[in-house]
Amino acid sequence: MNIEDIKKPENLVYSKTPLLTDAVMHYCPGCSHGVVHKLVAEVIEEMGIQDKTVGISPVGCSVFAYNYIDIDWQQAAHGRAPALATAVKRLNPEKYVFTYQGDGDLCSIGTAEIIHACARGENILVIFINNGIYGMTGGQMAPTTLLGMKTSTTPYGRDAKLNGFPMVIAPMIAELDGTAYITRQSVHTAAAARKAKAAIRKGLEYSVKGVGLSFVEIVATCNSGWKLSPVEANRWMVENMFPKYPIGDIKDVLKDK
Amino acid sequence: MAFKGAIDIDKEKCKGCAVCVANCPTASIQLSKMVNNKGYHYAEMVGEGCIGCSSCAIVCPDSVISVYRIKI
Repeated sequence: MNIEDIKKPENLVYSKTPLLTDAVMHYCPGCSHGVVHKLVAEVIEEMGIQDKTVGISPVGCSVFAYNYIDIDWQQAAHGRAPALATAVKRLNPEKYVFTYQGDGDLCSIGTAEIIHACARGENILVIFINNGIYGMTGGQMAPTTLLGMKTSTTPYGRDAKLNGFPMVIAPMIAELDGTAYITRQSVHTAAAARKAKAAIRKGLEYSVKGVGLSFVEIVATCNSGWKLSPVEANRWMVENMFPKYPIGDIKDVLKDK
Repeated sequence: MAFKGAIDIDKEKCKGCAVCVANCPTASIQLSKMVNNKGYHYAEMVGEGCIGCSSCAIVCPDSVISVYRIKI
């Protein structure tokens, strides 16, 4: 059969969701942000909650997330997305509220906000993109940078004596009673992306059940900051990031119910 | 049952990151020798081995791939 005969509307099995706008993403080629944006848009479309969802975009590469997903957005000051999400959710309890933050935003300047949002048990979803580097500002060391990892501010590799140890935030907040669902996922393969999508969906569903905060960490790549090609960056992530940030569920309060 | 597939690529929006190439189980997608208006070597379908599994489209950061599939 001719290839052109297959390309008919009735045979279409996958295409860009209409929730993603036609704007060309400003992200570097191969950036994980694009995949996660797509997964979020697909989940919102499948759940039919486009008019009931409010996203909070951070400061960082994903600051322009509001240009790409066609839902209501607020843009928070650096690190303050969980605080703004708290206000949005408390004023609109029926809405699905999520924040979308990177590791520089969430783990560094916004550590107080995320920990207290978790301690208060706010009914929001936090999507945390962990690529171990400050991507937007030129690849500086982030709190989550691995030991020995070269960045523009640690050109000889991160040294524990000088720069401290990497911050692993997911198990820390799992200790807090206000959190309901904590998981760590990745999007480097189709199978991983499907699991990440299911996790995002679960987090959004939990956010209206009143059980507490859901936290979906996506271990991601920054191929520009890591100075690797997108495919090599994915390989490097599997070899180096996964031992420190293992994939899987960390906490799920509704699992056995 | 077997499947046969085909993909459409919005080549002007493709940034040539090649993540789709690494994820294709049948090696049916590769970067073109040609470039688009932005200068990227865009992805293109090659051969007739595509099974329409959508792996390329799911991992595409820029959502430029549409997938078609039929049963044969």
